Amino acid sequence: MIVNVYVPCDAAALSVGADDVANAILKHSKGKVNIIRNGSRGMLWLEPLVEVETPKGRVAYGPVSVEDINSLFASNFLEGGDHPLLNGITEEIPYFANQERLTFARVGKIDPLDLNDYQANGGLLGLKNALSMQSDEIVDIIKSSGLRGRGGAGFPTGIKWETAGAQPKGQKYICANADEGDSGTFADRMLMEGDPFSLIEGMIIGARAIGADKGYIYVRSEYPHAISTLKSAIVIMEDAGWLGDNINDTETNFELSVRIGAGAYICGEESSMLESLEGKRGQVKVKPPIPAISGMFGKPTIVNNVLTLGSVPFILAHGANSYANFGEGRSKGTQPFQLAGDINRGGLVEKAFGVSMEDLINGFGGGTKSGRQIKAVQAGGPLGGYITPENFDVAMGYETLAEAKTMLGHGGLVVFNDTANMLNLARYAMEFCEIESCGKCTPCRIGSVRGKETLDKIASGENIEENIQILDDLCDLMEEASLCAMGGLTPMPVRTAMRLFPNEFNNPIVVS
Amino acid sequence: MTTLLNTIDHVFAKKVCSEHQNKPDELLEILHEIQVQEGFLSDRVLRTVSKSLNLSRAEVHGVVSFYHDFKKEKQAENVIKICRAEACQAVDVDKLIADVESYYDIKMDNGGGKVSLETIFCLGNCALGPAVLYKNDLYGRVTLKAVQKMIASTKGVKEQ
Ligand SMILES: Cc1cc2nc3c(=O)[nH]c(=O)nc-3n(C[C@H](O)[C@H](O)[C@H](O)COP(=O)(O)O)c2cc1C
Ligand code: SF4
Ligand code: FES
Repeated sequence: MIVNVYVPCDAAALSVGADDVANAILKHSKGKVNIIRNGSRGMLWLEPLVEVETPKGRVAYGPVSVEDINSLFASNFLEGGDHPLLNGITEEIPYFANQERLTFARVGKIDPLDLNDYQANGGLLGLKNALSMQSDEIVDIIKSSGLRGRGGAGFPTGIKWETAGAQPKGQKYICANADEGDSGTFADRMLMEGDPFSLIEGMIIGARAIGADKGYIYVRSEYPHAISTLKSAIVIMEDAGWLGDNINDTETNFELSVRIGAGAYICGEESSMLESLEGKRGQVKVKPPIPAISGMFGKPTIVNNVLTLGSVPFILAHGANSYANFGEGRSKGTQPFQLAGDINRGGLVEKAFGVSMEDLINGFGGGTKSGRQIKAVQAGGPLGGYITPENFDVAMGYETLAEAKTMLGHGGLVVFNDTANMLNLARYAMEFCEIESCGKCTPCRIGSVRGKETLDKIASGENIEENIQILDDLCDLMEEASLCAMGGLTPMPVRTAMRLFPNEFNNPIVVS
Repeated sequence: MTTLLNTIDHVFAKKVCSEHQNKPDELLEILHEIQVQEGFLSDRVLRTVSKSLNLSRAEVHGVVSFYHDFKKEKQAENVIKICRAEACQAVDVDKLIADVESYYDIKMDNGGGKVSLETIFCLGNCALGPAVLYKNDLYGRVTLKAVQKMIASTKGVKEQ
């Protein structure tokens, strides 16, 4: 009998040796196994996570290294045999079982490039429904689902689509923002590598909703694996007639291409991204006009994050309420949270909004990997604020996190232990802004340089009180006078670090 | 002599441009493709690209200088891109950088003939840091030993 064995092809799994493990299993098995390369289940501390299909379900072993292969075979792992690396039935592992996987329902389960597998697991249902609806029906469903942008700004997706749809007929575009530059985030990457068809399906639905016939996925160059998976997925969808002219014998036409970024954080900002898509410098543009009215090449364009678009097929397949029933307050549905940094069980946790940070960090995440105390967590990427364990009871949501002086951003949480140097981290925030600023406005371009210099002076013990005042004024200026959130939010990590750990700024450990 | 050489079109660059129908909006793709093949973007390449796409040299230069990926000088044989963003800092990437710098006697972001170290901000491997991208392969939980191993077993440059 041939046994199905799953070994992820997700980049994070590959980064810790999944290819070698797959090869070793194949070599050792003498034709007894069929290796399927799936996405990652998101339990990244267990990667490479090898799953064996058994009558009881898929049984997980991990983290597996090449050295473990002999003993796995000796323990009869092809029948789910006992072994120190055995983690039980994958879907019963508490970390996995306690999630609400809507957007990530198929990730890790299926072969990402097997369209049959995709359809057998609910894929294309949403698109088929959408193809039988009028544009405004689709928009209404998205509106009542409560879906908001997962790229950082949290703008209601339905309203954006409505605006673009209301523009006169003619050339329109839909762009997926796959620039995922925030440190501590990798959900876009995992979805593109683990279930690329869902992003494409979401884009076709969006295209039909606004009347666009051309789309782009703008992927950062740091993601070579995602780029190659997406390119293959597009060809497969074209061959199957789900991309191109008259999709599924309807009047909907849609052509989709992948475009690759070139290492610029600011190109995640939508107007910068659109410039970059036109082959230009990624300089931010003044709004209005908003892209939904005048975007790529001056045409109505919707830009949505990968996770936003990846949530659309579920909503169209199961209805607005099935999504809106999850979540809390104005944060509807689920968010794929990403646990990163010094964390025991790092990975992806898709949960309904409203889960506490405590549950994510200490519950799912199991505290630090180093075993040290948690000092602070940075939420929302490099422009997000720090938060300390006393405030971990905060419920995860757009408004609740903003009240806690941080933000949801793209759903990343980076854990720092008690060795973290907050002054260094504040300096890094300014340095990052200096390196990644698009240069359009002075508070950001020059302010970040001055901010870094001022923090250097504080670090060396020079006129500390005065320099803290200067830094404070500078942060005010950056917040008030920057054109976009790059300069406008860089003060957030700096100020929260100063407010939470004043001693590290007032009495820095002077390194001579 | 040099001016004369510089005015001659760069054959490969010209080919790539025409494969993209000389469309200016595909400039980034074109530059990526040429750089994968040539290792960097020479003056002659940029001259050819601007001529083919009917852009001014200043426009092309503006794009090349804006994006961190594009290089105007020859790069080291082995470029190790180390993530220096927050989640990797949280697992002490600074120590890894110091170790690699001292072992190979190089400085971060300061060139090098055989081995060089380059800053990159986040590789999407933030739960398994420190993260490194080396010849388009991603590595996680990287140590000095792992870096030595990857350089010893260079698999050759892969294309995107
Ligand atoms: C500095 C900066 C960086 C950003 N980076 C990203 C990014 O990497 N990915 C993303 O989807 N949105 C990013 N955004 C937000 C986008 O501008 C935009 O709001 C988003 O792509 C819209 O899609 P959504 O409504 O689905 O979130 C960034 C914004 C700023 C100001
Ligand atoms: S705030 Fe910074 S990144 Fe944003 S437009 Fe101004 S200079 Fe550019
Ligand atoms: S912060 Fe280093 S890989 Fe994301």
